[in-house]
Amino acid sequence: MSLLGDVARWFADPEHWQGPHGIPVRILEHIELSALAVAVALVIAAPIALYLGHTGRGGFIAINVANIGRALPSLALLALGLVIAISLGLGLGFWPTVFALVPLAIPPILTNSYVAIREVDRDIVDAARGMGLSEAQILRSIEVPLGLPLMLAGVRTAAVNVVATATLGALVAGGALGRFIVDGLALQEYDQLMAGALLVALLAVVTEVSFGALERATVAPGMAAIR
Amino acid sequence: MNLRRALFAAFIAASVVATACGGAGTGGGAKPAVIVGSTNFYEQLTLGELYSQILEANGYTVTRKFNLGNREIVEPAIESGQIDIDAEYLATLLAFVDKDGKIAKPTTDPKETQAGLQKALDPKGLTVLDYAAATDQNGFVVTQATASAKNLKKLSDLVPVAGTMVLGGPPECPTRPFCALGLKNVYGITFKDFKPLDTGGPLTITALEGKQIDVGLLFTSDPSIVAKNFVLLDDDKHLQLADNIAPVVRNALLQKDDGTIKRLLHSISAKLTQGELNDMNKQVAVDKADSKVVAAAWLKKQGLIK
Repeated sequence: MSLLGDVARWFADPEHWQGPHGIPVRILEHIELSALAVAVALVIAAPIALYLGHTGRGGFIAINVANIGRALPSLALLALGLVIAISLGLGLGFWPTVFALVPLAIPPILTNSYVAIREVDRDIVDAARGMGLSEAQILRSIEVPLGLPLMLAGVRTAAVNVVATATLGALVAGGALGRFIVDGLALQEYDQLMAGALLVALLAVVTEVSFGALERATVAPGMAAIR
Repeated sequence: MNLRRALFAAFIAASVVATACGGAGTGGGAKPAVIVGSTNFYEQLTLGELYSQILEANGYTVTRKFNLGNREIVEPAIESGQIDIDAEYLATLLAFVDKDGKIAKPTTDPKETQAGLQKALDPKGLTVLDYAAATDQNGFVVTQATASAKNLKKLSDLVPVAGTMVLGGPPECPTRPFCALGLKNVYGITFKDFKPLDTGGPLTITALEGKQIDVGLLFTSDPSIVAKNFVLLDDDKHLQLADNIAPVVRNALLQKDDGTIKRLLHSISAKLTQGELNDMNKQVAVDKADSKVVAAAWLKKQGLIK
């Protein structure tokens, strides 16, 4: 019970909210890191998934990338990322962490996007083809809009995973909310450690809720009527 | 019949008592089990191996609990009996257990510091044994390029330029009296920023080379300083004090022993010179040899084990 009191006191201390090591800065760093990792994963995974989904090829690969991706240990990727970042002169902290987080974000985006496109009613696609729409037009104006909620669900999963795992960056001199956890452990300051953990959990929940709202907002009007 | 039974019972009782008495405290009795612990950098692993192997060679069963974390974790561990022995540094440990200097203050004299340390350890049931000539202290290091550019030879040279420089070291550095806190109090050095890295290890070295930090904390016995051509800034105001290496042992363990543990650990301290320590560190940290192998080779060379 006194731990909760210590954590409350830690949050109440104005010093922890100021300066380059304060809570707002760390939260911003965490969002920055997570957002970049998810964005890079999107740029890599979405085109591949859309192509495979539209043409119907490579379903086996798309689905199984998810399983392999989830099995990759993030800590090992972080170590690998560190070596690569150093050899490229990118230094410690930010870039090794991005390198470790992108493979974590790709699988949900890839799988969900692939399934989203595949799940679009084939009759609609055939009708569109019959009307003379090109393949690109079909993808752009029919398949993606209809599949958008499911695609966003994939991005949501990726984002929450990344937010939770971005704490690892603190192990390689990175900033973000992981700093509170790693430093709290090193200094045996359990109030700092708990505070950091709570902030990460809170940020993950906020991410989940925000993306959930976004998904609901992007359901195509016609589909909404059906549901 | 009753007499015979009584005599038989008395005989059994007497044998039991005799066996019990015979088992305790004599050379033929069992040696106490020992747990040797260490903190989280390469030198500590080597020292832990030295202590463990000399005890094992003399019939003790040793459990190794190495690489536990920093002193904030290991010191409470030895106090609570989760480990029995670890290798410590006189001045730094004294400053750690007696933060306000109420019991004793560390000095540049190892004998004085050891006496002060023992006073501080008495209420914790710990004994610090004979110290070695070898020391290991916090060293503040810059690259050759930084030293030439800002004309840095000693720590006092940092005072005018530190405001534009970044210090890198273990996460506990800002709160430690021989680290960033001491630099502020004794030299008046305040850095622009502090980056938490590792304990004088590869992250700190990488950060120095990659210019993520300007000043890094490495330990004075670290062979990387010479190997990487770093400049160790001279401690002209003597912030660092007598950090001779000495084993710290729980009294509970010493009481169960007949003095052999003390004798064996003393024999290591007696032969551990600065040169010997630096050489072992070089083998482990630079040549990447196994600390177990390096320790065994040293003990054999010194004639401490066969």
